[in-house]
Amino acid sequence: MRASKDLDIELKLLLDAIYLKYHYDFRGYAMASLKRRMTLAADHFGCPTLSHLQGRLIHEPDLFPELLNYLTVQVSEMFRDPSYFRSLRESVVPLLRTYPSLKVWVAGCSTGEEVYSLAILLREEGLLERTLIYATDINTQALQKAEAGVYAVDRIAAFTQNHSQSGASASLSDYYTAAYGNAVFDRTLKKHIVFSDHSLATDSVFAEVQLLSCRNVLIYFNRELQERALGLFKDSLCRRGFLGLGARESLRFSQHASAFSSLVWEDRLFQKG
Amino acid sequence: MDFESLRGRIDAVVVGASAGGVDALVTVLPSLPRAFRPSVLVVIHQPRERRSMLVDIFSARCALPVREAQDKEPVQPGTLYFAPPDYHLLVDEGPSLALSADDPVLFSRPSIDVLFESAADVYGHRLAGLILTGANSDGARGLAAVRDAGGVTLVQRPDTAHVATMPAAALARGPADFVLSLEQIADLLRRVGGGHEG
Ligand SMILES: C[S@@+](CC[C@H](N)C(=O)[O-])C[C@H]1O[C@@H](n2cnc3c(N)ncnc32)[C@H](O)[C@@H]1O
Repeated sequence: MRASKDLDIELKLLLDAIYLKYHYDFRGYAMASLKRRMTLAADHFGCPTLSHLQGRLIHEPDLFPELLNYLTVQVSEMFRDPSYFRSLRESVVPLLRTYPSLKVWVAGCSTGEEVYSLAILLREEGLLERTLIYATDINTQALQKAEAGVYAVDRIAAFTQNHSQSGASASLSDYYTAAYGNAVFDRTLKKHIVFSDHSLATDSVFAEVQLLSCRNVLIYFNRELQERALGLFKDSLCRRGFLGLGARESLRFSQHASAFSSLVWEDRLFQKG
Repeated sequence: MDFESLRGRIDAVVVGASAGGVDALVTVLPSLPRAFRPSVLVVIHQPRERRSMLVDIFSARCALPVREAQDKEPVQPGTLYFAPPDYHLLVDEGPSLALSADDPVLFSRPSIDVLFESAADVYGHRLAGLILTGANSDGARGLAAVRDAGGVTLVQRPDTAHVATMPAAALARGPADFVLSLEQIADLLRRVGGGHEG
């Protein structure tokens, strides 16, 4: 018990130091998994304790970008949970068609898999030409990869399977070219995407959108920070706008729950108002 | 360790199982009485399907309420929670449940180690950890964390397990307080969890 209390103190101090030095605010994250990742990071950097890691972070700013890959979790996949995308096609797209122009926000887009999935889906549904997608994240390395839109070919089989289960009419191979062990996604998709650094913990609303997809990001936040993020989502969505969350996320414990109705509960699709 | 000293001390039981795990759990969990007080958190390795059958299978058989763990849900006493497929289950302050989509650990998501280590951190000596049948070594580290935090460690006797690898790996990492057959495990849990005649 003693040892773990010390670890809690060290973690708190480390997060304070990161906030003061780098202005990234992880103080409102879910602590159990963050603690686990910071312990792995300390191992990786050869630091016997989180206090050592804190000292090095203050004096060696070059370490921070690498640490950011422990503070955040870059696990993603194209058309992850195919039924989410199928429900988007079936229950959301028909209503999106009624707008002359569309804005979509993918919050916590990681290395871009979810953004390209949405862009492909919107192209297949004939909506991409009138759409602008904002793709945001706090991890700038991830954002750079997202912007490049290049994925190792050994991941493509899984993406292809997900894509076809999402109710797609075409083949995923229509949207990339293979080169040197990589799949390079179609540039014309990218024309409709703006990538930018934006934190749900510290930044504010920047646009009004009709669809907002934020998947597997809120689970990393504590309840207070979830409330902040959901408040941003509520303010950013237009009247009757759509919100999609991760397969195991919900509004159940939120004060903002009453601002949304559930559209397809199984796939965590909600509608404002 | 005798179990009289454990009675009333245990707030939560964490359980890890892999190959053969559903059958093993069917022997243990339905025998827990309605008045069983500790919370029971279970990670069982299963295929990565989005909807899991575990809740259906066990709510039909168990006296205790059975749920799939939800993120940020406060942990209730006398309730069985299963980790959802493809997410890690952790215990956070509160105690409350937390899910994460972090990388698999030892090829497993949910990971037994991740659940046990986080639970040991929150519950300390008020935790019991139980490793059942399985074909890999997930849980060995986690059970060591339970032991280091002063919790109670239970391992299914490897020669009674459908696949002995997982309990054997847990024992290779360090001694357990109890190494028992499934029936004995069920009996011990009933005694320490209260709610039985007496
Ligand atoms: C597990 S990934 C989810 C990727 C994708 N949405 C999906 O479901 O496949 C979580 C992402 O959230 C990002 N993230 C973490 N904290 C954030 C914050 N405060 N604001 C915006 N993004 C954040 C991480 O950098 C990471 O890229």
